Order: sequence, then C-alpha cells, then structure tokens
Amino acid sequence: MDSKFLEINMGPQHPSTHGVLNLKLSLDNEVVVKVEPNLGYLHRGMEKLWENRTYAQVVPFTDRLDYFCAISNNLGYVLAVEKLMGLEIPKRAQYIRVILTEIQRIVNHIGWLGFVTNDAGAYYTINFYTFEEREEYLEIFEEYVGARLTINAIRIGGVPFDIDDKLISMIEKALVETEKKIKDIDKIVTRNRIWLHRTKGVGVFSAEDAVQFGLTGPALRASGVKWDIRKDIPYSSYDEFDFDVPTGTAGDIYDRYLVRVEEIKQSMRIIRQAIKNLPSGEIAAKVPKVLKIPEGEIFHSIEAPKGELGFYIKSNGTDKPERVKMKSPSFINMQSLESMCKGNMLADVVVILGSLDVLLGEIDK
Amino acid sequence: MADIIEKQPFVLARLDELITWGQKNSIWPFGSGLACCAIEMISTLMARYDISRFGMEVMRPSPRQADLFIVAGTVTKKMAPVVRRLWEQMPDPKWVVAMGNCAISGGPFPTYAVLQGVDKILPVDVYISGCPPTPQGLLHGLLMLRDKVGREHPTKEIFSVHDRPNK
Repeated sequence: MDSKFLEINMGPQHPSTHGVLNLKLSLDNEVVVKVEPNLGYLHRGMEKLWENRTYAQVVPFTDRLDYFCAISNNLGYVLAVEKLMGLEIPKRAQYIRVILTEIQRIVNHIGWLGFVTNDAGAYYTINFYTFEEREEYLEIFEEYVGARLTINAIRIGGVPFDIDDKLISMIEKALVETEKKIKDIDKIVTRNRIWLHRTKGVGVFSAEDAVQFGLTGPALRASGVKWDIRKDIPYSSYDEFDFDVPTGTAGDIYDRYLVRVEEIKQSMRIIRQAIKNLPSGEIAAKVPKVLKIPEGEIFHSIEAPKGELGFYIKSNGTDKPERVKMKSPSFINMQSLESMCKGNMLADVVVILGSLDVLLGEIDK
Repeated sequence: MADIIEKQPFVLARLDELITWGQKNSIWPFGSGLACCAIEMISTLMARYDISRFGMEVMRPSPRQADLFIVAGTVTKKMAPVVRRLWEQMPDPKWVVAMGNCAISGGPFPTYAVLQGVDKILPVDVYISGCPPTPQGLLHGLLMLRDKVGREHPTKEIFSVHDRPNK
C-alpha cells in the first residue's frame, strides 16, 4: 500500500454498485489512481452445481445468472446444447425466440437507462418512467409463461408456448408506448446540461483499447467498433431480419447512452418484422424425455444485451453435462473499469460502472 | 379542570398501541439488494405497485437510518459476515424479512458457497417465498409484518430489561 494515496472501500453495500461488488479505490485527492474490484460476494457455485443437473434442469439456473435479462441467458445455453446435439429448430420457434430475446433487450436497456441516470444524480426521476415502461413488457412475459423476472421461456428444442393474437396485440401496444416514452426520456435527458457534463468525455475508451480488453456489447460499439454477433455470426435466423448496428465515435458514457437508445429502436424494428413474417408450423422440435448427448464439446456465443455471452459445454455421453463453462459479458467488461476510471473524479466512478452495465449475478456465477 | 377539558380535546390510548401505530405506519426499509429479488424489490418501490401507500417508500442506503432489513437475494458465505454486520448497525427496534427462497433456505443452490437460510445468522420475522416473489407477494409479506409490529409491546422493553425479546 502506498501511503501517498487515500484508500477507500466502495461496497459491498453501496446503492450504486449494482449488486454486491467491492471496489478498492486509491485516490489522489479527488482523482482516481487505482481501482481494484473485489468479486465473489454472489458466488453461488453455479458451474459446479450444473455438473449434477440434467441438461434440461440447467436452463432455469441460467435465468439467475443475469437476472435482468433472463431469456438471453436461456437462449445462449439452449443454442449451445442444440448445436451439440445437431438439432434442427422449427422456423416458428426461432421467430418466437427472436421476439422474446428482443423484448428482453428492450427491457434491459430501458432499465439500464433508469439506473445510469440514477448514478449520474437524477435520483429516481427517470427510473420511475423506465420502470413503468418495463412493467408493460413484464406483463407480456407474465401472459406468456406466467413469470415476470426469471422466466425460463426457452426450452431445449423450441419454446414452451405458442404466441396468440392477444399476445401480439399486447406486444404491439407496448411497442407504441415505448416509442412515446423514448421521446419523453429523450426530451429530459439527451440535451440536459447536467447529463452532458457528467457524461461527455468521461470514461473515454478508444477502439484499440476496447478490442485489446475484450470489451463487447454496446460499450464496444460506442467506441466505434462495428461488432454485433447477430449480424456477423447470425444465429436463430437473425440473418433474415433487416436492422442496423449503431456505433458511436467518442467512446464515452454519452455515446454508450446513445448507442443503447438506438438499439432499443432497432429491437423494435426486429420485433415488428418478426411479428409480420411469423411463419406457421411447429413450436418445438422432437426431443427425447431423457436427453443423452454423445461425447463431444462445443462453444456457442450470442449477442446478449450486455455483450457477448458464450457457453462451453463438454458432454460425456450421460444425461448430465461433464462441464459447462460460461463466458459472461459482465465479467469481461469489468476488467476495463480501471483503465476507464484512471484520471477521472471519484464521483465519475459510479457513472462509469453504471455505463458498463455490469451485473454481479453474472460476474460471480 | 372541567373548562380545560372543554377547550383542549385529548385522547386516551394504550401507550403500546400508540407507539406501534406510529412504528407500523412508517417503516423505513434498508435499501440493500443482494441478487435477483432486489430487482423485484425495486419494482415494488416504483409507480405500478407503489410501496409508499404503506409509508415504506423511504429506502435508506445506510443501515443506521433504517429499521427493516429486507434480505433480498442469495446470501453467500462471503457475504454473510457483511449482512450480519449491517444488521448489527441498524438501531433498535428492527425487523428482518427474508425475501425469496434463497434467503429462506438457500433456494435452488445447495452448494458449498451459499448460506442455507439467512435465519442462521439473523432473527427473521416474515418469510416470503418465491423465486423471486412478485411485488404483490412482497407487499403481502410487508402487510403481515405490519400486523406483527402492531401486536408488539414496546413499553415492556422500556420498563423491564428482563422482558426484552431475545433479539
């Protein structure tokens, strides 16, 4: 320890650490010199637990990794299992999956918007708007599978239920509402002087650094790198949809905000296309009740709202996986925190941490 | 005396009831989120479910200003000493609600890293099951806690040290 600097602890109980995270900060007056994240306060031993669960039993556990976007985790794991089995999924099931994951992306980004403005000082003002909007989508989930947060809406082989006209009209209504809300929030936030002061030029990360640190998701795209797995390595028939990948230029918090707002709009475009072109047919492929997968290993990654989410599965011929390893976006994004915070003020640390959109359930597993 | 009564109305009440009436209508929860349940706790705080109807909207980020600890989420063995210390920092009288299956019994995680129930380290007043409980479930649990607070005898704690509940 260098006695020249002031060392302070942030967390594990802190309203802005987005969970139970402990940051050891070294300060030179108000300027951050060193940030050392101390993880593991939510380590539940998930990966070890999965070795004693069957392939289908693992799916509900993936809900509890990144609990803010449960369906994306379901999809990441289920796609890896299906790739390992070589299973062909019906087109209708794929489209329903796209609708659900894109709704989840909207839910995540709109929730993020509330939390990050909270961190920047707008104490719960924006959060009340965004959570009300989020509830609209949670009602859709409740109508679809009966749960709100940990939804378990994607099963191995397809989806559990079909989408009917009532659900489609609910989704369309919610999308119209979201368009209005985005305009409202845009009026409050985008040109707000306090928001501009807190975010412009804060937490700047260049494109080279972002690639070097393995940053993924909206934070990477805000630095100007056009990398979206939905576009570059399409899965679940994402290649059939027409959408843009928004990128920023400056790589600061303000650009991350703009990229996420634009992604909400693109997600709405994808959902509308999916509803319009929803193919008819089966909603699930035939999967045996006791699922035994022959020996082999696979890695498959998807574009989760927070970044690249990958699952590595090693099977040994029984009904339980020998090893499931998760590459979580939050964990990878977390390591660039120190480089972003260096040279900034202490008060900026919470906003930078918020702008990375990390979630501790996913980091600690 | 008679003319004072005429001019200044007064109320006769049992002191216990008066104190608990005040306590139960202004419970300040401690805004501490551990895992998934924290998101549903925040949802309960927001406009749709509106916890402020029961005088509980003042979420305090510091344990020293709170009197209700909603243990919202998985308590791991690394987090358990922190949770205990946060609870010790809360001033009396204080209550604990175990929200969600993880806080009740470890939930779906029977592993080496998870504390199998927060009641091993804290005295829990109300258990709310669910993974996670819906906001309606949390509100139901908090209303049960309100009833429980209403049945307590705070004057006993003041006048008789020996009758203090074992907290």
